[in-house]
Amino acid sequence: MIIWMIIGMAVVTAIPRLLPAFIVDVVSFPDWVDRWLNAIPYAALGALIFPGILSVKPDTPQIGIIAGMVGILLSWLNVHIIGVVIGSIATVFLLTL
Amino acid sequence: MQTEALQSYRSKGRLGMVRRGMLAGLPIMLGYLPIALTYGVLASQTGLSNLEITLMSVLVFAGAAQFLAIGMVATGTGIIEIIIATFVLNFRHFVMSLSFVNRLKTIALKAKIPLTLGLTDETFTVSALYRKEAKESYGSWFYASLILTAYASWVGGSFLGGVLGDVMPTRLSQSMGIALYAMFIGLLIPSIKANLKIVFIAVLAMVVNFLCQMIGMNQGWAIVLGTIIGGASGIWLLQDEGGEE
Repeated sequence: MIIWMIIGMAVVTAIPRLLPAFIVDVVSFPDWVDRWLNAIPYAALGALIFPGILSVKPDTPQIGIIAGMVGILLSWLNVHIIGVVIGSIATVFLLTL
Repeated sequence: MQTEALQSYRSKGRLGMVRRGMLAGLPIMLGYLPIALTYGVLASQTGLSNLEITLMSVLVFAGAAQFLAIGMVATGTGIIEIIIATFVLNFRHFVMSLSFVNRLKTIALKAKIPLTLGLTDETFTVSALYRKEAKESYGSWFYASLILTAYASWVGGSFLGGVLGDVMPTRLSQSMGIALYAMFIGLLIPSIKANLKIVFIAVLAMVVNFLCQMIGMNQGWAIVLGTIIGGASGIWLLQDEGGEE
């Protein structure tokens, strides 16, 4: 039973990931669509960060906000991304002591 | 003689790309591990066998959907509903994949196919910010190695979680829930410093996503809409960049 669920999930996940490879192979986009697609990573990052970050500690959303601010600060100071990740983890860890 | 020299240069180039891809994938590996362990633990508590736990990570490779599925199995939801929910939640990868492959024009279709199968929120956003590699020789090796680094940690972590059970101190694993958000922030801020207009694109996507969820829209569709609408502002905002480097 579970195996069919896994196969079904795999198929409906793979198809949307796979289709664009064939689409761009036959369609050539105008410039404005190129710009739209170039902006997608930044938009995706925005949508993935917020409001999801509030649910890091669902009962205390401010912890996610504070850890996020620490991340922004470290990143603004050109700290390597691994340092940004570790700094944010440490913030949540200390705030929940 | 000449071909030999060429050969060794090429293998060095390929190896170099693989190494750079692994380095680029390292933050994802760090972020995935605690989440994969947690997934493995929860799934085994729900009654899935280790084979099923690992197989789901191997075949689906989508964190949020796997957690959702485990939760739905636990509450006795039907398989068809779980599959539909997975589709809705993962449809955002269609938009991401379109943006990803549009950059890989010089890479062959037979290389693009396996690469797109490995796209997650994390492998996509990291790959998207390493743009120049797409135009270098052996560019596909860079992305393949980045994705495989993430994939190995996801699959390995799920397996370990299923086998070992709760090995991580709860407070530590809970604190690590921030890891992927911190990674997203660490990816976004340098882009913003390079071009301040990107703030507008990202914030618009946040606001649209937030409002859609406020009015009760499913999280999957809300992220898709936020990404598409936020990205659309780039049509005007990224105008002067033209083709970008």
